[in-house]
Amino acid sequence: MNAVYLDNNATTRVDPLVVEAMLPFFSEQFGNPSSIHSFGASVGAAVKTARAQLQSLLGAAHDHEIIYTSGGTEADNTAILSALEALPDRNEIVTSKVEHPAVLALCQHLEKIGRAKVHYIGVDALGRIDIEAYRAALSDKVAVVSLMWANNETGTIFPIEGLADLAKEHGALFHTDAVQAVGKVPISLKDSAIDMLSLSGHKLHAPKGIGALYVKRGARFKPLLRGGHQERGRRAGTENTPGVVALGKAAELAALHMADEQTRVKGLRDRLEGALLQRIPNCFVNGDLNDRLPNTCNIAFEYVEGEGILLHLTRAGIAASSGSACTSGSLEPSHVLRAMNIPFTAAHGSIRFSLSRDNVPEDVDRVIEVMPGILEKLRELSPFWSNADKSGKEFKPVYA
Amino acid sequence: MWDYTDKVKDYFFNPKNAGVLSEANAVGEVGAIACGDALKLMLNVDPTTQIILDAKFQTFGCGSAIASSSALTELVIGKTLDEALKITNQDIADFLGGLPPEKMHCSVMGYEALQSAVANFRGEVWKDDHEEGALVCKCFGVDEGMIERAIKMNKLTSVEQVTDYTKAGGGCLTCFDKLEEILSRANAELVAEGILADHEAYRVGAADPKKLKEKAKAAKAQAPIEISPLKPSSPIPPPSAGLTNLQRIRLIEEVIEELRPYLRKDGGDCELVDVDGSNVLVNLSGACVGCQMSSVTISGIQERLIAKLGTTVRVVPVGRNAH
Repeated sequence: MNAVYLDNNATTRVDPLVVEAMLPFFSEQFGNPSSIHSFGASVGAAVKTARAQLQSLLGAAHDHEIIYTSGGTEADNTAILSALEALPDRNEIVTSKVEHPAVLALCQHLEKIGRAKVHYIGVDALGRIDIEAYRAALSDKVAVVSLMWANNETGTIFPIEGLADLAKEHGALFHTDAVQAVGKVPISLKDSAIDMLSLSGHKLHAPKGIGALYVKRGARFKPLLRGGHQERGRRAGTENTPGVVALGKAAELAALHMADEQTRVKGLRDRLEGALLQRIPNCFVNGDLNDRLPNTCNIAFEYVEGEGILLHLTRAGIAASSGSACTSGSLEPSHVLRAMNIPFTAAHGSIRFSLSRDNVPEDVDRVIEVMPGILEKLRELSPFWSNADKSGKEFKPVYA
Repeated sequence: MWDYTDKVKDYFFNPKNAGVLSEANAVGEVGAIACGDALKLMLNVDPTTQIILDAKFQTFGCGSAIASSSALTELVIGKTLDEALKITNQDIADFLGGLPPEKMHCSVMGYEALQSAVANFRGEVWKDDHEEGALVCKCFGVDEGMIERAIKMNKLTSVEQVTDYTKAGGGCLTCFDKLEEILSRANAELVAEGILADHEAYRVGAADPKKLKEKAKAAKAQAPIEISPLKPSSPIPPPSAGLTNLQRIRLIEEVIEELRPYLRKDGGDCELVDVDGSNVLVNLSGACVGCQMSSVTISGIQERLIAKLGTTVRVVPVGRNAH
């Protein structure tokens, strides 16, 4: 029985065509793209082609607006630190409570060392950003706004272009962590006010260890890594050429598969979600149903703990992930679900299924087949469930 | 995921003694849903011999919480109350071939439930009745007595261990000073009793709370799952033709009309307020307001709507019942 992989927001399988494209750059095409001799020149050309492929996926005006990085985290860190350095008379950051740790942990650190004042904008129960709070936080003291395009846990999409326009009114630089959005939703940077955008290779069927930061031409920028003149002096260090070529190929394929993602993959997601909601009592979708990534489904199952569900799914050969506390080192549910004020009765039992173009109908059908039984079994064990379901009496634990 | 022993996995997947014990005459309940785990232990004790004839449990929690609860029931059946009271949380962990350090609180929960059940049988009040001020960790509802017992029974000598065994300090960590104080006091007592060497004892100020918090947040590496190549894609039929907005709203109204008699029977009511894309906004009124069962009602309406519409919708309560 094949394993069913529904954890594509964590990482994706490298596309075989991507592997094929990158392999020569480990062997015969080993040259340093900065070298003048023939070994370097052909590799330099491949790096340039890859840049154009990425430019096309992002709808960027110029290929040199793309800076290769080691991944999404480096891109996020570079963007925020660059903005603070480039705009020395501004020391505030505006971000949200539901960002990826690559942004949140950095902001918390900058706050701690007294480098910046940070505004963490909240979200509503559907994960939608509080626009009024966002407007109120903007001022001419803000150096950079950093907001995610799509949330990794719930798939909720922020109205990024509009948020960027608002930031521009105050002269702040606008950065978006688009790690989950790139390849899944159409992006046209040349028509937007977005100054910087982060992306990661391994979320779009390229390998780990490669990513990129888009920096709009004319946007003020200070490098994080200094050294050689690679990437026009904006990111020193010899290029990870196999990774760069892989990212280019992955970008080309992502553009080709975008329609599939929006229709077939979305269809599979909807089929999975609809069937689970219909067959399992007391569960609901976390996130904004109206504006959500086509591949992501995050369902809160009340009165059960997520780890138990994942253990059963793993045994059934299905890979998913959980926003519950027990599966990580933390004792509290995910910061995203807490920011959304998902009740404790449900936050501990939230499961994320994230699909990709690799998935087939049989995959979701396997989940639909096993999930009702798993939930029934775990709920039978739960002291809350029997009370909520049958007698209606409230459970009164000793340590309430 | 966690590195659980085969015995933990076995007791999770095939728990023994799960469910309600109708003839229970001793019940112990610990934990709360907000904290992420809770256990209800039910015992049937022979009043003359004091022997535990049967035991069952219901647990909300992770794999190790369920396994620990089941292990506890296996350990106590056939024992007299006095024998059972000698069982420590370490005995529960040992029975399972060990627990990951961060999951030791699951075994402590079992120990506490047993103490509570025995007290319940004997008509005593289990001493953690949360008198004003006794609660130390507000995030996870842990009181001083439980922390002290866990420290002494397991010879804990760091705040980190206290969090692993009781969950206290696993959230906001504002109780850090109090935890330090309890730990150093309990350790000093253990030193006085000759159980702990003086140099092992914890002293206030030895730990950095920020470091602990960072560590607590660091996610554990996931165990690899074997992935074989995926099958080639096969075409699936296109989604059925969409309904117009008006048709959708009519269908939604129909469903609510169908369910209304049931709600009215219980003194409640429900009306459609608006349809915003996939969000169906409803106003629950009458007895539905503030009812513990309203989430069940919402869930029921949602199920019917999805079945009828064939697409995913989310029923959102608004109006007076909204938070």
